[in-house]
Amino acid sequence: MSSMDIIVCVKQTPDTSEADLAIDETGRNIKTAGLVLEINEWDEYAVEEALLLRERLGGSVTAVTMGPEGADAVLRRCLAKGADRAIWLKDEAFEGSDAHAIARILHAAIKDQPFDLVMAGTQASDLGESAVGVYLAGLLGVPHASMVKAVDVMDGKVRVNRELEGGLEESVELPMPAVLTVQTGINEPRYVSIMGIRKARRKEVTVLGLEDIDLTPQEVGEEGSWMRVERMYRPPVEKEPEILSGSPEEVASKLVEAFRARGLI
Amino acid sequence: MREIMVLAEHRMGEMRDITHEMLTKGKELAEAQEDILVVLLLGSGVEGLAEELTPFADKVLVVESPELENFNSEAYQEVLKQIICERRPSLTLIGHTSYGIELAPALAIDIGAPLASDCIDMKMEDGKVRVTRQIYGGKINVEAILKEAEFHIVTVRPATFEPGEPGPRGNIERLEPPATLGPGRKAFLEYVEPPPGEVDISEAEIIVSVGRGIKDEKNLPLISGLADALRGEVGCSRPIVDKYWLSKERQVGSSGKTVKPKLYLAAGISGSFQHVMGMKASSLIVAINKDPKAPIFRIADYGVVDDLFKVVPALTQKINELRQSGG
Repeated sequence: MSSMDIIVCVKQTPDTSEADLAIDETGRNIKTAGLVLEINEWDEYAVEEALLLRERLGGSVTAVTMGPEGADAVLRRCLAKGADRAIWLKDEAFEGSDAHAIARILHAAIKDQPFDLVMAGTQASDLGESAVGVYLAGLLGVPHASMVKAVDVMDGKVRVNRELEGGLEESVELPMPAVLTVQTGINEPRYVSIMGIRKARRKEVTVLGLEDIDLTPQEVGEEGSWMRVERMYRPPVEKEPEILSGSPEEVASKLVEAFRARGLI
Repeated sequence: MREIMVLAEHRMGEMRDITHEMLTKGKELAEAQEDILVVLLLGSGVEGLAEELTPFADKVLVVESPELENFNSEAYQEVLKQIICERRPSLTLIGHTSYGIELAPALAIDIGAPLASDCIDMKMEDGKVRVTRQIYGGKINVEAILKEAEFHIVTVRPATFEPGEPGPRGNIERLEPPATLGPGRKAFLEYVEPPPGEVDISEAEIIVSVGRGIKDEKNLPLISGLADALRGEVGCSRPIVDKYWLSKERQVGSSGKTVKPKLYLAAGISGSFQHVMGMKASSLIVAINKDPKAPIFRIADYGVVDDLFKVVPALTQKINELRQSGG
């Protein structure tokens, strides 16, 4: 099998695990100032899988992201890990894009590049639509497989395990070129090394705006999106837990009482 | 009068719960619109499944072909494209499941149908499709309207709606698959069952479950210490298995085990929807998490907003003291 050209789509997303999110005055957006930004966890696994495939078979890995000022940090991370080059789609007109508009923008940048595989994470941690990768496959006119947990390349085809539910998986086979979206846990993403960061500085990041791709302003951003956000709000609380407060020892005593009362201990 | 169309999801001869959940919502949508509720069943040798569906829809549309024996998104896409373009339903519902994620976005691009995925509610108002979905791991709800177009698709989050009660028997209508339906580019090869594992946590009466909050593999003895004190089993959320800190058989959630123990103690677990699906039927749910906004608190009976590194050892100690004093 000859070498593979792989394009990996990555997204910069906020780490909201311990953040208290606030909705802005319009009621239609989250206040993102002050949130820590990182590479979307699923995409980190996609980058690793692409690098592993290149290590096995030779070829190239190109990282692509659509994002505002600062989003190139995720591209730098990919380059430091070993990606060969990167493309940054940056334009104010792209802001407010949902998964459909994001896919159109990525497609416009990718469609004239040669590739054996386009890879991405199955979903993004912020909007969670689980759609960009599969939209891309439809736009590119190539086969796809999502929720991938294992990838095997042989004779111009790729055989993958797809995650179903309850621990079950299915094995499917598709010809290349193809789009694969990967699930977390497919591999163990490598760390970024100092050497890698140094080498990354010499690698090319191409910046493209709306005028560089074949799309109109109506096809990107909010206008190009399939969903128009009307409002954002905190989920209504259906059930309030009984909050146990006090020192850890006091809380422990209360819990032990609750467990004893139910015959659990 | 138009149709609200629900795509039935089944696997290995069994209907999946999401189908019935969608039919409940579909029925509500159909009644509000004065549309008829149609369930679409694709497969091979699925007469039994078709019969099972008749009390839950006005019409069961069955399309059979050897190409549809196992789910294949390309075959499903070709059939659905033809049916949607011919019958012009006012809305098509597909499960937001592994199959739905594989199919819906590709179908949406193919027929130019705006898609809203992983929706927890949907309604049609003034000819528009309005949906509710969640973002940022379940911390924020979004209400959105789908762009105007001839067709719309919504994928429905599992375990959001209740399965409905049977009603009058609907008709079964058989449709011929498209003449062009044949082997596509993608081929289903086989199912891959998970290995049996050493322990089946779904049998445990008490589960102490750990999530990202444990921060490091070397801290896991804190959790097994508490599980031992309680004479329970250790479970975990997905990230712990992704990092290879615990084996897959201990994963609780939609892609792991579904459990309903007498006590589920979640330590350092945020409570993403996929995890909650696997444990919300537990009799008693205790959540320990530093983040007061963690979604796990929405389904917990008792909540402790504190550092698990302080609370878990304190709890383990109290229980061990109790046992030692013969209590």
